[in-house]
Amino acid sequence: MNLLEIKDLKLDFGRGTDAARAVDGISLTIATGETVCLVGESGCGKSVTALSIARLVPAPPANYVGGEILLNGRDTLKMSTRELQEIRGGVVSYVFQDPGASLNPVFRIGNQIKESLKLHRPEQANDAEVIRLLKLVGIPAPESRIRNYPFEMSGGMQQRVMIAMALASEPKLLVADEPTTALDVTIQAQILDLLRDLKKRLGMAILLITHNLGIVGDIADRVAVMYGGQVVELASAGDLLRRPLHPYTKALMNSVPKLRGDTDRLSAIPGNVPRIGNFPPGCRFAPRCPIAKPECSDKIPELVEVEPAHWVRCPFWK
Amino acid sequence: MLGGGLLLFLYALAIFAGFISPYDYVRQDHDRFFHPPTWPKISGFHVAIPRYEHLPGDCVYRRDPGDSVPLHFFVHGDAYRLLGLIPFSIHLFGTGNDNYPVYLLGTDQYGRDILSRLLYGSEISLSIGIIGIVISFTLGLLIGGISGYFGGPTDNVIMRWCELIMSVPTLYMVIALRNTFPANISSAQVYGIIIIIYSFIRWAGMARVIRGMTLSLCEQPFVLAARAMGQSHLKIIVRHILPNTFSYVIVAATLSVPYYILGEVDLSYLGVGIQEPSASWGLMLNAAQNTEYMKNYPWLLAPGVAIFITVLAFNFLGDGLRDAADTKA
Repeated sequence: MNLLEIKDLKLDFGRGTDAARAVDGISLTIATGETVCLVGESGCGKSVTALSIARLVPAPPANYVGGEILLNGRDTLKMSTRELQEIRGGVVSYVFQDPGASLNPVFRIGNQIKESLKLHRPEQANDAEVIRLLKLVGIPAPESRIRNYPFEMSGGMQQRVMIAMALASEPKLLVADEPTTALDVTIQAQILDLLRDLKKRLGMAILLITHNLGIVGDIADRVAVMYGGQVVELASAGDLLRRPLHPYTKALMNSVPKLRGDTDRLSAIPGNVPRIGNFPPGCRFAPRCPIAKPECSDKIPELVEVEPAHWVRCPFWK
Repeated sequence: MLGGGLLLFLYALAIFAGFISPYDYVRQDHDRFFHPPTWPKISGFHVAIPRYEHLPGDCVYRRDPGDSVPLHFFVHGDAYRLLGLIPFSIHLFGTGNDNYPVYLLGTDQYGRDILSRLLYGSEISLSIGIIGIVISFTLGLLIGGISGYFGGPTDNVIMRWCELIMSVPTLYMVIALRNTFPANISSAQVYGIIIIIYSFIRWAGMARVIRGMTLSLCEQPFVLAARAMGQSHLKIIVRHILPNTFSYVIVAATLSVPYYILGEVDLSYLGVGIQEPSASWGLMLNAAQNTEYMKNYPWLLAPGVAIFITVLAFNFLGDGLRDAADTKA
């Protein structure tokens, strides 16, 4: 059994005629101990999908229209508030983009980690355990750090504290929503190393959201590329990076600046990401697609397994 | 700083009112109504209290510097309870001689020492603000936090209710509420009623501000992080959101203590607050209403000066705290 199974998840913002579909039929599985990357431009529904796993998108304004999210075999969309509070942290933990804002500015970091312990492992909610966790995420001199306020730490340190908080509850799945975007490049590598190391040691699965393809090659087992609220390509990381099939994935990889080569200008994907609720008819990438044909705008293509374990939502992938 | 120091001093005086005041607040001196403030005589290192001669006529006194007794410290006098608990009868200063009384601020129309009544009255007048703030801010923080956090219909109902409370003129509402209780209840009961009435009116304004701050704090990632941790709604409000409003709340609390002090003064002045023979600043000012008294016995206005100083001190403290808490201002 897979740890996480998202089946045809549909989520709207607003209701009735104002409804804007942010997530449109996402299906994704994560096995125990697997690292899956969710890649895509801003506003393509990555974060909303990730937050939906623990039903963290507030409803209203959100409206879970359909689908199932099976976490450990139980549908989180049907859980009571109490059950949700148990699986939040208990089964799935989150690490967010901006560590400075994700830590409560008026509490010492030791107490914030202890709060997570109190909720999920009350018998171990003590300083020794907090220090062990801080050591685990590589914070030097944790004994003195537990009395620090968040503003007394650097961005990288803060993100380590966030990870320690997420690990405190011993989750099976760690959802990291662009954990390195707000950090320095050098710190980014450290945080990724840390995540990879922790995954190996603790055996948890990671769902990593990023728009940085470099990270994907570094850490992911499998990758799902999202565009306009849909998965457009799903494959193992090696396959996808070596041989992207969907035109959007190709365009995305072309826009990564290369150090070698004599290009003067950085290439970008022409046009803009469509606004949710205002998607073009048919294939959502068609207006920006270099190989678009007239029939692309007729109907939304299906996600098809074109090679073993390599799924693409484009009939013209060849 | 000045405000804070002054307030510490005033509250210390209130706590040790029994010890510092030379007489009991109900003790009447039937020979000396409207006694003017006693001016001590200073000769070298000694302070002496001169005798005031009661001249023929209504309440006219003449100071006789030639006839005086020395002022003693830690003298035996009227019995009281130190800190409200320990029976005690030693006072900070006094003459120990009833013919040479120390009335540093004079006496009132019943021959009671105004300084002593002022000190005993400060117990009521100063504590009413603190207790009132604690009640109304607890209510305001919780209700405002709930309103802003949950939003939607909850928010609507709570906010319209707040507006309803705030739209009624305070003084009318207070007097109307006061009149729902019998008129002849004890001072301690009136004290409680005043606090409750004012707290239940003033929480509304606080709740509105806290609701606004909660709305903006809810957008902060740390609230999402707390939810993602599996924390319950009430704990997120109390532990994560409300502490982030404290820098504002502390300032607002300091600045609104005077409303409670003045509220008690208003009610007592209008005769529906603290009742004789208890002492409170409003009640004492009530006695000074008469223009005849004000002209002839201006020392009756001493509680007015005390109110003025206290309110000013609270405002200074509030301003100082605001400057310290808010680097943008």
